[in-house]
Amino acid sequence: MSGDEQKPKPPGTGAGGASGPTGASNASSAGAAAFGPQEIARRDVSGSTAGRAREGMFGIQGSGDTSGFGGLRLPGYAPAPAERPYGGWFDEVADEAAEALADDNGAGGAPFDLCVQQITVDRGEMTWYVDREHLVRLARTLRDDPALRFEFCSGVSGVDYGEGVPQQLHVVIHLLSMTYRRRLRLEIALDLDDARCPSLVEVYPTADWHERETWDMFGVVFEGHPSLTRILMPDDWNGHPQLKSYPLGGIPVEYHDAEIPPPDQRRAYT
Amino acid sequence: MSSGNVTDTHTDPYAASDPYAATSRETTEGTVYTVTGGDWDEMVDQTAGDERIVINMGPQHPSTHGVLRLVLELSGETVTDARLVIGYLHTGIEKNCEYRTWTQGVTFVTRMDYLAPLFNETAYCLSTERLLGIEVPERAATIRVLLMEINRIASHLVALATGGMELGALTGMTNGFREREEALHLLEFLTGLRMNHAFIRPGGVVQDLPEGYEDRIRSFVAVMRERLPGFHKLLTGNRIWRQRLEGVGYLPLDGCLALGVTGPILRSAGLAWDLRQVDPYLGYEHYDFEVPTDTAADSFARYLLRVEEMSESLKIIEQALGRLEPGPVMVEDAKIAWPARLSIGADGMGNSLEHVRRIMGQSMESLIHHFKLVTEGFKVPPGQAYVPIESPRGELGAHLVSDGGTRPLRVHFRDPSFVNLQAAPAMAEGGMVSDVIAALASLDPVMGGCDR
Repeated sequence: MSGDEQKPKPPGTGAGGASGPTGASNASSAGAAAFGPQEIARRDVSGSTAGRAREGMFGIQGSGDTSGFGGLRLPGYAPAPAERPYGGWFDEVADEAAEALADDNGAGGAPFDLCVQQITVDRGEMTWYVDREHLVRLARTLRDDPALRFEFCSGVSGVDYGEGVPQQLHVVIHLLSMTYRRRLRLEIALDLDDARCPSLVEVYPTADWHERETWDMFGVVFEGHPSLTRILMPDDWNGHPQLKSYPLGGIPVEYHDAEIPPPDQRRAYT
Repeated sequence: MSSGNVTDTHTDPYAASDPYAATSRETTEGTVYTVTGGDWDEMVDQTAGDERIVINMGPQHPSTHGVLRLVLELSGETVTDARLVIGYLHTGIEKNCEYRTWTQGVTFVTRMDYLAPLFNETAYCLSTERLLGIEVPERAATIRVLLMEINRIASHLVALATGGMELGALTGMTNGFREREEALHLLEFLTGLRMNHAFIRPGGVVQDLPEGYEDRIRSFVAVMRERLPGFHKLLTGNRIWRQRLEGVGYLPLDGCLALGVTGPILRSAGLAWDLRQVDPYLGYEHYDFEVPTDTAADSFARYLLRVEEMSESLKIIEQALGRLEPGPVMVEDAKIAWPARLSIGADGMGNSLEHVRRIMGQSMESLIHHFKLVTEGFKVPPGQAYVPIESPRGELGAHLVSDGGTRPLRVHFRDPSFVNLQAAPAMAEGGMVSDVIAALASLDPVMGGCDR
């Protein structure tokens, strides 16, 4: 991670119709594109919105609905920031991490609340929304600190929350502390047109294939990865299939007196 | 290899210069063509002076455990560099799940790791249930445990069988598949299908176990108790088997942790890490069983652990039978429970006539619920969940994300085959080509799960 200026667009992101138009709302978080070690500033946390807004019922519009349900409005889901006390061991881990990060602050590192933009506790799982420029240092601290000992990385993967969601692309990292039997999720929200994230391979070698898969499926460029190549799709494939803007494909199936459209064109009730 | 009696009958002028052209000869059965790769001696001549030979193994080589491709760099017969190429069985299951309801997703994920379908289903359903905030009834949880342990035995038997086949122990292969057939017959009796069951659904299991299940399961346990020691007789003391496996595919504990390796490979390095005990789910904390470990960290230790784990699974199966109390096998919530009441009719399996009569003729509520659940599916509150379980190959985690709709926003499986395969170069480099096979077999990768 070196660039303090906008890097050229990664190859393939725009190919094959894979990269959808990024929502106009991305403009609001354009400041987050600054990505360099010299800038230690709190980024816009509203990027942790994770879900699209809904209206009406059954996804049907213009049907002449007179029931009134068509007027329903449901805002997009945003995971709520957790409040102290988080409960269980969650407070302890947050405190220890803050302490460990403060200890090596002499090296010019950012304190905990700049590294971790938001903490969410949901359904018994703890998620830290992490600023990508501090990811590697945070992960190393989580792995090495004797009171944290997240020595095992379960996996790295991506989630595309779909068009219109600010910072729609998320990188999700699941860590496991075998010493303390704790699980922690790190999440990094990215803009689709600036899908770059530092690689964790130097901290967790197991992230190698996971990051290749995330690049392959979502087009996230992991900077510092030893050889970021496609892993599931053929080397010369265009586009990144797990993006919401990438079509599922399929053909209609014909029966007597009936034709069933492909799955992505069937009526969806969501 | 060319032999003396082959006469080249090709009239193609380019044939003489093409070392890979097929030769043919006339026999009483007609013309027989011999298609080969290059001659080894010729290849060595061509590469004379170049110490390094790169060979490609797979993706259709019988001892690469499915469509896995290995690119090996050799110095003599020693592997100096091994690279794995995967993706040949990528089927886009994760993407497909985003276009189906939460219940339909089960039939997709069950096809990922096709040797352990019930584990995929359980991980998916546990994750969905955490998102929904529901707990399955006691009987459903016990049935899941019961089925998973039968499945674990079937999966480990395939690991032994294919591992034996790849090393030339063909009786190990025939015995392993014979025993596995017992497990599959039992699963077919219990769930209706040998594989890809789709029996475990969000909220419980699709239906109760059939009549007479207890006798069938007990006789299965008895048969396995009798036959499992046969592997010790056949293989454990076998000198060839030991020499092929001992000290091969060594991966110590720090290597396992760095590379994210779990399951029998991690336990063969000495760490008793089994999610059934360290992070119990579905009431595993109530079962009395051992987690076998070893410290040799080699292929032989992994073989032994798999045999021992099967015996432990038999113990769990018996205890699960004792814990099965009559009760519901699906949550009571009519907004979630799949409304089907299946029975065997004259035209095969379908909804029972009584159930159809009830929903069509007597209960408006049932009809509405049936219609809504089948066409629309149930809504899952937004959020994300990651539930790991102990599959035969290690940590199988289902990371599901919901945006509040009737379809998942994202389904991701952390499949142990995918992660464990990363360790293959660390196990194979510096060894012989033949040891690559033994090391890979001890990983027991399933490419369906790896590529998804």
